[in-house]
Amino acid sequence: MRTATLASETDFDGWRKAARAFRLEGIEPAQARFVVEGAGAQSGLFDHSPPAPPREGGDPAPPQDKARDRLGPRLRGDEREEGFSVSKAFVDVARDVVLHRSGDRWDLLYRLLWRLRDEPDLMKVVSDRDVADALERAKNVSRAGHKMKAFVRFRQVEDEGGEAWVAWFEPAHRVVERTAPFFQRRFPNMRWSILTPDGSAFWDTHELRLGPPATRDMAPAEDEIEEFWKTYYASTFNPARLKVKTMQGEMAKRYWKNLPEASLIPELVAASTVRTDVMVATPATEPNVRLARATAPVIERAADDLVASTLPELGEGVQGCRRCPLWRDATQGVCGEGPREARLMIVGEQPGDQEDLAGKPFVGPAGRVLDAALEEAGIDRSDVYVTNAVKHFKHEPRGKRRLHKTPDAGEVTACRWWLDQERGLVKPKVVLALGATAGLAVFGRKPAVTKERGQLVALADGATGMLTVHPSYLLRLPDEQARVLEREKFMQDLRQVRHSL
Amino acid sequence: MAQIDLRRKLSVLADAAKYDASCASSGSSKRDSTGGKGMGSTEGMGICHAYTPDGRCVSLLKILLTNFCIYDCAYCINRVSSNVERARFSVQEVVDLTLNFYKRNYIEGLFLSSGIIRSGDYTMEQLVLVAKTLREVHDFRGYIHLKLIPEADPKLVEAAGLYADRLSANIELPRDEALARLAPQKDVSVIKKAMGQVRLKVEEARPQKREKARPPRFAPGGQSTQLIIGADGAPDTEILDRSASLYGGYGLRRVYYSAFSPIPDASSSLPLAKPPLMREHRLYQADWLMRFYGFSAPEIGEAATGGMLDLAVDPKLAWALNRREQFPVDVNLAPREMLLRVPGLGVKSVDKIVSVRRYRTLRLEDVARLTRSLDKVRPFITTLDWTPGGLTDAADLRARVAPVAEPQQLSLF
Ligand code: SF4
Repeated sequence: MRTATLASETDFDGWRKAARAFRLEGIEPAQARFVVEGAGAQSGLFDHSPPAPPREGGDPAPPQDKARDRLGPRLRGDEREEGFSVSKAFVDVARDVVLHRSGDRWDLLYRLLWRLRDEPDLMKVVSDRDVADALERAKNVSRAGHKMKAFVRFRQVEDEGGEAWVAWFEPAHRVVERTAPFFQRRFPNMRWSILTPDGSAFWDTHELRLGPPATRDMAPAEDEIEEFWKTYYASTFNPARLKVKTMQGEMAKRYWKNLPEASLIPELVAASTVRTDVMVATPATEPNVRLARATAPVIERAADDLVASTLPELGEGVQGCRRCPLWRDATQGVCGEGPREARLMIVGEQPGDQEDLAGKPFVGPAGRVLDAALEEAGIDRSDVYVTNAVKHFKHEPRGKRRLHKTPDAGEVTACRWWLDQERGLVKPKVVLALGATAGLAVFGRKPAVTKERGQLVALADGATGMLTVHPSYLLRLPDEQARVLEREKFMQDLRQVRHSL
Repeated sequence: MAQIDLRRKLSVLADAAKYDASCASSGSSKRDSTGGKGMGSTEGMGICHAYTPDGRCVSLLKILLTNFCIYDCAYCINRVSSNVERARFSVQEVVDLTLNFYKRNYIEGLFLSSGIIRSGDYTMEQLVLVAKTLREVHDFRGYIHLKLIPEADPKLVEAAGLYADRLSANIELPRDEALARLAPQKDVSVIKKAMGQVRLKVEEARPQKREKARPPRFAPGGQSTQLIIGADGAPDTEILDRSASLYGGYGLRRVYYSAFSPIPDASSSLPLAKPPLMREHRLYQADWLMRFYGFSAPEIGEAATGGMLDLAVDPKLAWALNRREQFPVDVNLAPREMLLRVPGLGVKSVDKIVSVRRYRTLRLEDVARLTRSLDKVRPFITTLDWTPGGLTDAADLRARVAPVAEPQQLSLF
């Protein structure tokens, strides 16, 4: 049996040095002992290293006697005295585990270190008993650090230097040193101290210092704002939703004695049933008198069958429209946009994701394609009335995105109520339909786009109609050559439109 | 005297704010106060500073600026026709309370909402002023969540996003028709438009790789919303469809579900029953499946009865019991997506399994160390040394994996 003495309960460097030496000497885990100075005298009597656990099934046991030979060839000569290397993953976990309060943590770490030679990937095998055990303890430590960030309660004091802040805290594991920098980053302009039974941390707005263990009476007993905090805590609790177990799962009782608000818990719990019952049993009161005078006006939805005499009125009609179910999942109805006396009306299929959010037609990727093409064809977009066959965005949610879905004939027919009114109000000379859905809305029948595109046809209302592809079709073409070709055809259609204006 | 008044106000305005379920202080950009003149930090992960006996955490000072309101929403304690005690904080009072609480490490920041006073614009202006004062006068770098007043001018929404970490507008009722009936002064499309505006602004503020100039910050913690459960008759499947549509449409970080809870001086148009907490819990689980496990709303709905999720078993288990032909799954071979569908295996367990199996062939005891609920997992997997045999298809499987007693709908106490 070999014993190494560590300087403190959290002496990672001391353990690391001793463990490395043991390891190089080939001291097996069962023969290695680590004691903390001061605590050592007592634990020496009762402490005994647990026997090494049985090997994980399936993995052959490493021949222990060959330890020294195995170690040798792996090292370069100059590293022989220095020691040997282990993965960073192990060191990181070990740094956490050291802060755990369990007495056998050093032994667990040494056992892992011992095994790492034959199983260099061991730390990645998180299902391994020792690794799982170490990770579990590391998790407890990190949780204790998290709880420290949450449950430290500063109290204000005055001293020669002015205002300062002192907290008494009892962490579940020895995480004071580890967690103090968090408070430094959060409160760099406050002088604060956190006192704990393991040690203390002091921040004077310039430097972080660590100090010896403290006792509770060294911290102030009260703070006048605490009454406000308790008032808040009690008021934010909803007695109709009592879930004490959930609370305790997150705020373990061990912390309660140092949380000022926790003293209210028994009373809040005890009174909750009565409070809820009284609330439920109390009959509704008469509405108070202010009601009539102060209430905001009720929202009235525009009628579905509104016949608009102006474009803004038409916009309101579209907002309130329930003629088909598409309004439900859309953000808003997207009405056409452009001058009332426009000579050209362009009709797309439906608003897309961006249009739905912005409430304007053709502002998304397809809109940009259209804008560029219009400019190239010598048509000023601000002279054009741009709209869609269907005014609400039809889509299907897919995670954080919405997939466009083509409106069906029923929806297009329902929405013609609005498109026909737009055509009636604007009275364009030419109506350009983009794609099959727009074609259906403008011509009243589903056209074959590739066959019928580019032809000028007389519409019943006296305007001239033309059909071309939708600009999003150009965006979807995968092949560069096809894209150039198709865009040129699209440009031809636009130029032809310009000539007939 | 003034102190007592302020405490009284605090109790009224915290009480009035507690029906809003959102509380998280996570998901914002990382920052601290090093080199600053004030205080505060956010480190990405939210910190819950206390828990109340209703099991909910206190991470923010969640209060209303005022509980006066000119709206008359039947489900709300602050509606104009209610007889509750009214109070109003000054901007400075909220700022002082926030800083005082923050310095003592009681909170991560402020969640500020308000009844609608005078007008949407006026109310939003006041909320923005609080955040602006905290940020600009006190260099406060903690978390700020502002409630959007949807009717407010888009410019005010923009200003709010400049100072706040998170913005939220509550949809409140899953059914739009019900909103029109129970909250006649609210307009669902106005709420959605505000959320749409926030999404566009959030996306604009996301720095593009090629651009050098950083766009001005806008609500780096994104936006959230709340749906009240059990006040309008909408079944769970409809609620989940609504959530899916909200996540997809507005890039929400969270949809909160709040079981409709009796309120003092309640409106006679709503039932005064105890809140359906178990139902709320199942909806949160289902929501979780949509956000992290690749389930779609209709898939979760497959296992529902009459549109309602099973109260006795969690929605993933309910789905698996309904789709037994998909099981058992070989933990040593199955793709991650399929492992995520095994009842009892969480994202973390699945990631561990995927990582470990590069080095070891897993046995049942290995899986046991990687999950907390082996009993639930066992019938649905095979390992090197385990196969469930006929167990997966056993008629009594549900009884074996489900808790013995039907859970109480009501209080868990
Ligand atoms: S798509 Fe058209 S018909 Fe359908 S609801 Fe919207 S405006 Fe009305």
